[in-house]
Order: sequence, then C-alpha cells, then structure tokens
Amino acid sequence: MIHARLDDALAPITDGIMLAVPREVAGVPMEATRALIRRGVQRLHLVALPTSSLQADLLIGAGAVATLETSAVSLGELGAAPRFTAATLAGAIRMLDATCPALHAAFQAAEKGVPFMPLRGILGSDVLAYRPDWRVIDNPFAKDASAGGDPIVLLPAIKPDVALIHAPMADRSGNVWIGRQRELATMAHAAHKTIVTVEKIHDGNLLDDPVLAAGVLPGFYVESVAVAPNGCWPLGLPDHYAADLPHLAEYAKLAATPEGFATYLEQHVHARKAA
Amino acid sequence: MPPFRPEELLADVIARLIGDARHVAVGNASPIPAAAALLARALGNGRPYVSLLQSRKHNFFTDGGRELFDCAGQGRIDVFFLSGGEIDGEGNINLVSIGDHERPKVRFPGSFGSAHLYYVVPKVILFRTEHSRRTLVPRVGFVSAPGGSPDNVYRPGGPIALVTNRCVFGFDKARRRFRLDSVHPGHTVEEVVEHTGFAFDRPDTVRETIPPADDTLRLLRGTVAAELAEVYPQFAAGVFGIGTARFA
Repeated sequence: MIHARLDDALAPITDGIMLAVPREVAGVPMEATRALIRRGVQRLHLVALPTSSLQADLLIGAGAVATLETSAVSLGELGAAPRFTAATLAGAIRMLDATCPALHAAFQAAEKGVPFMPLRGILGSDVLAYRPDWRVIDNPFAKDASAGGDPIVLLPAIKPDVALIHAPMADRSGNVWIGRQRELATMAHAAHKTIVTVEKIHDGNLLDDPVLAAGVLPGFYVESVAVAPNGCWPLGLPDHYAADLPHLAEYAKLAATPEGFATYLEQHVHARKAA
Repeated sequence: MPPFRPEELLADVIARLIGDARHVAVGNASPIPAAAALLARALGNGRPYVSLLQSRKHNFFTDGGRELFDCAGQGRIDVFFLSGGEIDGEGNINLVSIGDHERPKVRFPGSFGSAHLYYVVPKVILFRTEHSRRTLVPRVGFVSAPGGSPDNVYRPGGPIALVTNRCVFGFDKARRRFRLDSVHPGHTVEEVVEHTGFAFDRPDTVRETIPPADDTLRLLRGTVAAELAEVYPQFAAGVFGIGTARFA
C-alpha cells in the first residue's frame, strides 16, 4: 500500500480513465501530476472538484486530457489559465461545464450509492442547456402541485475510476490525515480507487488518537500511498507551505505560448526526473 | 486627485450595500468585494460573519467545499458577490464563453458556484470594475446564471446591485432591469450611458457616490489590508502597499 516509488503508486491511473482531482485549497498533488505527464498519460476524463488551476492547465497543455468536467479553471490572481483557454478555443478538449455545488452534490450521490442528487438553482441557465446528462423533474414532495409545479435539477452521480489527492500525512496502515479538507474524503468515498501522496509517514496509527482520528480518511478507501515532500509545489498546502508565487508568475508568462509551455515542461516537469 | 484610491471607494460602496447581514461570503478572485466584506466586519465589530472561500484564516467551514453551498441552499448566507465576463441588462451573467460553445471566440474560466448561489443568496452584489460595452452587453453570449426566474422556480435570491468603476446600478427584480443609482466622483451620467451596452432606468438627477469617510479609509488601510494580504497578496501590495503574505 505504501509505495517507495511514486510511479508505482500512480500505476492505476491509466489512459482514458475518469480521474478526480481537488481544488487548490485542498492540496493539489502536483508532484504526482508531473509524474503522470512524464509517463505520458492520455485521454483522461478529468474531474476537478469543483475547480482547478495549474494542475488542469499543465495536464491539458501536455495533451493528457480528452474531457474536462469542472466549474472553472484559472490561475487566480495571475489571470486566465493559458493552456486551458487555448485548448477550449481550439476545441481540443471536450468541456463539461458545471457549477461548484453540482459537482459536490454529484460526488455525494456516489458516496451514498444513490443514482442522483437534486440541487436548487441552475434552471434557465446555459450550464443546464449544455448538460443533456442533467435532468429536471417536478419536486414530487411539493406542497402545492398547482402553479406550474416546483422544477428541480437532478445530477447523476459521479463515480471516478481514481481520485488523486495530496495530504499532510499517512500512517503505515494507509490511514490518511486530511484535517478539515473534507471533500478529499468525499472524493475517496465516491471513487473506485484513491491514490494519495503525502508529505510524510506518521509513526503509529492515526486512528488511535481521537483528535487526529476525526480528520482521518481510513485506509479502507485508499489504494496506494507515496511520500512526496513538498508535493503540492508550486502550489501551496494550507497550514504547511505557501504557493511559490514567483514560480507561478513565471509559469503564467511561459505558458502564454505553446513554445513557452514546451520550455516550461522541459525545465520543470521532464528535467526533474533526471534531477 | 481625491484622497482615496478607486478600489477604496468601491470597497466602501459595497460595504454599505452589504448593510445589515449576518453572513457574507466571498468567492474566488474578488479582492475588492473581500475588502468590502472585511470592512463591513471591522465597522460592525466582528459582525457579519465573513467567509472568504480561498482563505485559511477567514473561513470557518470545516465540512469541505460543499459546506458553503449547503449553507447557501438553506438560506444561511445573506450576501454573495458575482461578476461576469459579460453582464446584460436583465442581470444575466456569463462566466463561460462567447460564440459557439464547442468552438468559442472567447473563453472565460467557468461558472464557479454562480448557477446555484445566484438563486439562493438573497443579496447578490454584481461587481465588475471594467465598465465598457465589451462587459456590459445587450445580451450575454452564455447564461451562467440568469438575473431572474419564472414564478414557479424556487428563487429566494438574485441581484440587488451592479457596482462598476464608474457607477452603482440598483436592480429592479420585478422588471428585471437596472437603474442608475449613483455615479462615482470624477465620472458623469453621459459617460455611463456611453459605455453601457444595455438600456437602464435613470432618474432626472443622479447623485454622486458618497466618498469613503476618513475612519473608513483608516480601517481599510490598516486592519482590512493586513487581513486581505493573506488571500490577495498582489492586490494588497498594489493597493495598500502591504508586503507579500507568507502563507497561502
């Protein structure tokens, strides 16, 4: 379960699978993302819960993504995500535009083992218009069935093949401490397999300490773990380390052109293997 | 030159629009609304509760990313902020694309939580600094979230105002139409008309936006700037001259 080599832990992420990844504040597994790009993973159906930044942009730029399902991709204060923008303008990826709570709800449906989840809002938007897989029904529990009913959107469950997450620590039983980043647990509950990179291995069992146990994703859900110190770099891991803003600014600048992006991949993704 | 920056005026305007609220939430990439929410909290001695989605410190949620939306769905969030690559005269917002959806001419980051929050948060304040015919359009190219809904659609929320770098529009929910409420110091009604791509109502005389008071500016440049630097280091550095935060 604990793998000495990151590449071994990532083996279940094969071409064409549905891969779920978390939003930036939840800790994004960037070291693992670079390893996947080095390996040349392709045709991913990438689901970013509910948004993404550098991770999706890198994977898209590297040609690893066929379908992107998310609510937004941007580099935050550094502006638009350049490779995401270029790929959507070129029609190079299939976009499944969503809205944040719809993705959360669809993962919750999967973790409950139910086929769908209802959600308020969305009606009358083009988000709904471009999602033929989302349905609208009349609330069967509406008190007053007159006056045009009470339409509500149903979201089919999202059951990823693999959820890939990063966390502060895991123990040797595969229990992972995620703290208050609870959507990481939801992702793991929803996915068939969950792969985790961690900053470090915790000696002892995380479930033995009741204070830590409340923030633990049990090893039961975890397929493999690999240690990746500073594994979110150049993004940050909240409470542990900050984002590398100068590096991200350099990325935003380079990735503005295909040539610059290729240079970035060469210097910061492929070269790190040799280092 | 007025003794305040445009961002300070806008933060003050938005803080007043927030008014009496228990819980104000602020999404991604919204430094001025975040400053306004923190200002409202500083002025209110700790109330309203403020949730900055991207913040570690100014964010009390412990149940993952969904908690904000669950909270909003129940009506536990009183004020939220939305923007748009395009905003039209009916309050529709576009955060996705212009042109054919599969091969757009312009692509924006995406709808974020707008397609839910716009419906369920009672006071949504629309905010867009660039006030031009490019951004304020007759009809958006993609409706991330509509400004209004038919009567049978559950919709306790929606837009109350649109704040730009030139003016403040109020929103008439029944008529789904903006009205010009005030024009910022140094700007004119004619200029607003010239740069707005949609039709709107305007009274015969339009007042000037009230500039921020000295106490407000002190709070903004002190307490608020320091708090803001955690989430928006570049903005805080650029507007308030505060150093880069060490922890994201």
